[in-house]
This record gives sequence, C-alpha cells and structure tokens, in this order.
Amino acid sequence: MPGYLIRRLVQSALILLGVSFITFLLLYVLPADPVRQIAGRSATAQTVENIRHQLGLDQPLLVQYWRYLSGLVQGDMGRSYLQKTEVSSLIAARLPASLLLMAGGIVCELVIGLALGIIAAVFRGRPLDHALMVTSFVAVSAPQFVVGLLLLYLFAVQLGWFPIGGYGTFAHLVLPAVTLGIMGSGWYSRMMRSSMVDVLRQDYIRTARAKGLTRRRVLLRHALPNAILPIIAMIGIDIGIFMGGIVVVESVFGWPGIGQLAWQAIQRVDIPVIMGVTMVSAAAIVLGNLLADLITPFIDPRIKLR
Amino acid sequence: MKSLLASTAILFAAALPGMAQDYTPDPDATPGGMITVTYKDDVATLDPAIGYDWQNWSMIKSLFDGLMDYVPGTTELRPGLAESHEVSEDGTVFTFKLREGVTFHNGREMTAEDVKYSLDRVTDPETQSPGAGFFASIAGFDAVSAGEAEGLSGVEVVDPLTVKITLSRPDATFLHVMALNFASVVPAEAVEEHGTDFGKHPVGTGAFKLGEWTIGQRLVFEKNADYWRDGVPYLDGVTFEVGQEPIVALLRLQQGEVDVPGDGIPPAKFQEVMGDPDQAARVVEGGQLHTGYITLNVGIEPLDKLEVREAINMAINKERITQIINGRAVPATQPLPPSMPGYTDGYEGYAHDIEAAKAKLAEAGVGDGFTTQLYVMNTDPNPRIAQAIQQDLKAIGVDVEIRSLAQANVIEAGGAGQAPMIWSGGMAWIADFPDPSNFYGPILGCAGAGEGGWNWSKFCDESIDAMATEADSITDPAAPERLEMWSDVYMKVMEQAPWVPVFNEQRYTMKSARMGGDDALYVDPVSIPVNYDYVYVTE
Repeated sequence: MPGYLIRRLVQSALILLGVSFITFLLLYVLPADPVRQIAGRSATAQTVENIRHQLGLDQPLLVQYWRYLSGLVQGDMGRSYLQKTEVSSLIAARLPASLLLMAGGIVCELVIGLALGIIAAVFRGRPLDHALMVTSFVAVSAPQFVVGLLLLYLFAVQLGWFPIGGYGTFAHLVLPAVTLGIMGSGWYSRMMRSSMVDVLRQDYIRTARAKGLTRRRVLLRHALPNAILPIIAMIGIDIGIFMGGIVVVESVFGWPGIGQLAWQAIQRVDIPVIMGVTMVSAAAIVLGNLLADLITPFIDPRIKLR
Repeated sequence: MKSLLASTAILFAAALPGMAQDYTPDPDATPGGMITVTYKDDVATLDPAIGYDWQNWSMIKSLFDGLMDYVPGTTELRPGLAESHEVSEDGTVFTFKLREGVTFHNGREMTAEDVKYSLDRVTDPETQSPGAGFFASIAGFDAVSAGEAEGLSGVEVVDPLTVKITLSRPDATFLHVMALNFASVVPAEAVEEHGTDFGKHPVGTGAFKLGEWTIGQRLVFEKNADYWRDGVPYLDGVTFEVGQEPIVALLRLQQGEVDVPGDGIPPAKFQEVMGDPDQAARVVEGGQLHTGYITLNVGIEPLDKLEVREAINMAINKERITQIINGRAVPATQPLPPSMPGYTDGYEGYAHDIEAAKAKLAEAGVGDGFTTQLYVMNTDPNPRIAQAIQQDLKAIGVDVEIRSLAQANVIEAGGAGQAPMIWSGGMAWIADFPDPSNFYGPILGCAGAGEGGWNWSKFCDESIDAMATEADSITDPAAPERLEMWSDVYMKVMEQAPWVPVFNEQRYTMKSARMGGDDALYVDPVSIPVNYDYVYVTE
C-alpha cells in the first residue's frame, strides 16, 4: 500500500508537470500579447518594452518556464498582470465557493442519477425504463446555460422559493447545485442502470431472493454495494468534467468561484491567473482520481492496491 | 479671448469658454440610502494609475480626485482639487493653486507634494500604467520613461498649496489630461504601505471610500463624510455586486433587488424592455463619445488602392447595421462622434451606393471583385454585424471571410498588420476625454501605425500628422481655429478612406423606480453607468 501510494504520488506530480508545461507552451505561442493589453493604447514603444522586460516576457520560453516552476514549488503562483494581486490570493478567495458548489453538485447528481438508474434497472424493458433513459439523455445534452436560466426563472423569479443568484446561504446553493446535478445525473443513471442490471442477474441475488429476503433488502443490501463500484471511479473523472460546467453555472447564478475567474482571465490574456487556475483544476482532477482509487478497496475487499 | 491675452501675460483659464465654475445642486436631492449596482465581471483594480476599463473608471472617479474635474453629466471642465490655475501665455507653464483643508480617506491633509508624487508615480515605468503616455508633454517625461530620471523635472512644488507644471511643448489637451483618472492624487504613505496591492486598498480624496471588498462577490463604497465638496455625495453608499449575468441582473432589477445593472440591458431583452411603457420610462438614453468603425489596411492589396477603400465605404449599409443592434446607435459619417468638439457638421460622408461602388472597383482594376478577410471580436452582436458587412460587400463582388476571434487575438492581428479589415465593435474607440485630438494619435496617426500599434489601418500621412500637432499647439483647447483645424484633419483622413465609420453608439442606462437625479447623471459621459456622487434615492 505505501509503495502504491508513493508510486501514484510521483505519477501525479509528473502529470501536473506535464500539464503545466503544455499550458505554458500554449499560452506562449498564443497570438495575443499580454504586454499590449497592460500597456494600453496610448503607450509608447519604450513603455511596452519596459513592461515586457519587468515581466520577464523578453526571455526565451524555457527560461520563463523555469522561473515559473521555481516560483510554483515555493508556493508563488505569480501576480495577476491586470489586477496586480497575488494569483494565490485570488484563487484562495474563490476556491471555497467552487468546492462547495462542486460538492453540492456531486451530491445532487449522485442522488438523482443513482435513484433513476436503480428504478430503471428494476423496471428494465418496461415503459418507465425507456422514459427514464430518454430523460437522462436529454439532461446530458441540454445546454447548462439554458437549464440554469430555466430553473432560475421558474423557482426564483416565478415561485420565489430561492434567491435570484448570489452566494452565502444554503438557499443560494440549491439551484446551482441542482443545475450541475441534472447535467451530470444522466451519465450516472445510465451507468448505474447497466451495472445494476448486471448484478441483478448474478447467482447470489437469486440466492438472496430464495432465502426469502424482502425485495428492498435484496436491492439495498446485496445489489447496490456491488453495483456501485464503477460509479466511484466515475466520480474521480467527473471532477474534471465539473470544472468545465462550473464556469457556465457560476456565471448564470453569480457564484463567486474559480470558473468565473478563469473565464475573465482568458478574455484578458492574464497568463499568471490562467496558469494558476489550470494548475488548481489539474490538481483537483488528479486528486479526485487518486481518492477514488484509494476508496475502492474499502468497498470491495477483493480489489487489492499494488 | 485675444483681448484678455493682450492685457495680461497670464491667462486665467477659469475664464475660458466651456470652463464652468461649478454645478448647481439638485434642489430635490435627499441624503441617505444605499444603492446596488451589478456587474458580470470582477473589478480588476481600483488603483487610479492602472485601472483602465469602463467598469473601474467610474468607481475610481468616486474614490479619487484630480486637479481638474467635469461638471456632472457633461464634458465641461471644472476645477477639482485645484481651486484655480494659471496658464502662461505660451501655454507651457500651468500653475495650480490647491484647495486648503482637503483630506485623504486616511485623515491626512493633501498637499502639493502629493500631486508631484502622484504624477511621478504614474509616469514611472515600474508602475506599468497604461495611462503614462498621456503625460508625455510634461518636461522630463522622456527621461523618466527611459529610466534615466527618478521624477518628472517639469513638476515643481512651489509651496504646500501650489504646484507648477512645465510642458516641453504646448498641449491644448493638458487640462483634460489632468482630469483623467490617471492624474488622481494619491497619498504616498498608503501606496508604500500596500505596494502593488494599493489597487485593493485604495485611499483617495473622493466622495466615497472603500468599505469592503470581498473578491468575486461585492465591493461596498461608503460615503466620505469629510468630502471637500459641500452637500455631496447624497448616498450613504453603493454596493457593487459582481459576477452577475446581465440577464439575471435585469430579472433582479424587475424584482426591485437591483438599482442599476452596470452592464446595461442585455441585447436580447432590449425590445421587450422598451416595449413595456413602465420599464421604458426608467431607461435613460444619451450620447457617448464613441465611434464604431471598420479599418481598411492600406498596406494590404487591393486595399492599398484608394478607389477600393472608397468603394467599400460606399457599399456598407450603415442603417441596416444600426438595426442589428436594435437601433441603439446613429449612423456615422466621420471618425469623430457628433457630440465631440471639432465634428464637421453637414459632412455627408460616403453615401450608400452600390453602383458607384462597383464603378470605383472597376476604376481600380478589380472590377471582378476579390477575396479578403474581416477580423471581428467573437462576442454578440459583433459576429452578426460582421455578417451584415459580408453581405454588403458581396453585393459589389467582394468576398469576405470572417475571422471571429477573442479580443486579444484581434488586437494582436491588428497590431501586427495582418488583418486586411477589422470591425472595431467591442474594442471601438470611446474617448478618454472630450477633445478631438483623442480620436487621432494612437488610432489614425503615424505613431500608432508601427508594429503593435493600435492604428490597425496602418494609415500614416505625415502632412496630416503635422497638422494635428499644430492644432494641439494652440493653447486654448476650445479656440475656433483649433477646432477648425481638427475638423480639417478628419476630413483629410476621410478623403483617403482608411476607415469606414459605421455608427456612434447611444447609451441606455436602466434604473430602479426609486433612483432620483437629473437624467444626464445616468448617461454621464465620463462616469459610466452613473455619476455616483450626485444621484440619490427618493425613499
């Protein structure tokens, strides 16, 4: 187990290093000059050169990258070109909100997705099963922006049950989390359905039924723990998908997370902020996958980590 | 004016036309109350030396003051922190007399040393101010810019309440420059305390001070009870909520939760709002110093031929493009917007005429048409406008490929001279200050035509440049001969057609029912969306 953990951690570090280099390279070749954006339209050529020099952008790619990396390992993510603030403090101010939304979203998608998946598996082949699977397909393909605005209009504006956007209380969290949940639930319900259908065909389920256990007990005690295994790995992958969805959901609901920060930074070529957000997201994905792998053996003792 | 000049070597600028002494306060104004303003994007910085987008521009105006200011709701200069000023006859020495007893938000009294410190700071390359170039006419600027001098030799503290600024050349726009946010007076000790984070901890002399800033969520401005102007601000404070989609902000306004949506009415909702008399009554319309244009790169074939550029000018149906943005603009004929001094009245521009355009193309030897590219920023409504331009040009046989890109990429392509045509929307020119010179230098003059410059048509005519310089050497910014000269400059530019001026955008500010104050305050040309110092609430 410790050997496995060390190997995985080294692997994770290498992945992050790769992500940082590729992102840095892409931003380097991007046909847009951050210095021009900072210097403004009335700047003299001298001013532009001064700024370029101060930011070290007149150095070769590898020198710049090396400087960035050495800062990063010391916990220095640089300063935003446009806000002149530490990237780490910008991210720190926004990360808790994103994590909260992400947790809320994952809970919602698990509750919705698993419930639909189990129901569909139990009623497999019947009209309810078909209806649920079509619904999940629609949920996965609908644009998040539209779903978000629709929920907002219905539950906040028309019914007045929730505040119209914003952040702070539990009531603020419900609609954005449900939006994220609806979007992600489709994958889970399909996955859960097929996994459940598989398990329900197993011999031990037949045995359990033959023993005279209630239908409910068979489902929840015997089928569910076995069917849920592939779902755990999926949550790890899902964190990555969430990072994309969160940008849209955060802006519809005015949620002060890092998705918004990333979007604004991209529009303004604020490279240190783009790098910072990318690294944090990559770290979240790597960590999510690692946790999923570590949790699996606790649920299914047959799996051994090596 | 001439007689005044003759009678004394020193001209009191307060007597200049267009220089209003002050503003009559609104008799109905009642003090008290908070308002809520929303924005989609975070506020970048409140450092007056660095902030340069329309969102933080008006916020900075409420937190800081410069030596000069504008009469609320207008483009007329009025005294700011300087009670009065004198200009030498040759227009190169400005002596400002400061108000006594003005204090910063930290309680310290403001002095001439602070003015010098602030000007030295904004021009120091270390500060990386996008506004440094505005101060280029102050003596010693070049040395500071090159890193050879510590401070501006042209700025001199005469006594604690007098500051003398010497220019290296006459600059008619200098008083406007002193009213720019970049010229705001800041206290050295606060800048030194917070270093590069000064923009998050602003300390000025303005009508409001920063109470709270929760990154990504909200900023709260509180009334500065010790503000040096009597009676203002009326509001107890302003809450700026950031991260709000314009469409959600409008919903909240309709529910009475928001007072002013800072990003305006979303285009998709504009007709719905204007179609409802109750909501339309709360929308204020006003002009702004804005021109949207298409640049025609004079260095790329066949746009290097005058006839081709003229033909493109004639082919564009400006009325129809104006319709695309719900009529929120007036068609333009020339680079300057109509409310700008120096605008040429009665100039018709290039009329929409397909046949004449085709004839011009034939004259240029490209009667069979050609293929070219139009760069455009990829946010609505710009791609739709680009499509209208594409259709218009198709009618004269010109095939246009649309390159719809992020703003930064369009700016880069324009600066590098790769883009044959660029639709300026989203990046269009909005004047920094209400003077005709502001529409020339960086975007039409030779200085901006170099690699990386903002003159995307790469148009450079030395004789027009010389004329522009001459016009700016006339001391009185409002002198008729100066404005006439500027009018000539833009007419000569239009003769060579490096631009297709398309429209001048109108501003529409929506407000809640409880907002009070003159309509002009809601379309203030220098404080967008509203002049926070002078608006009030009625309940």
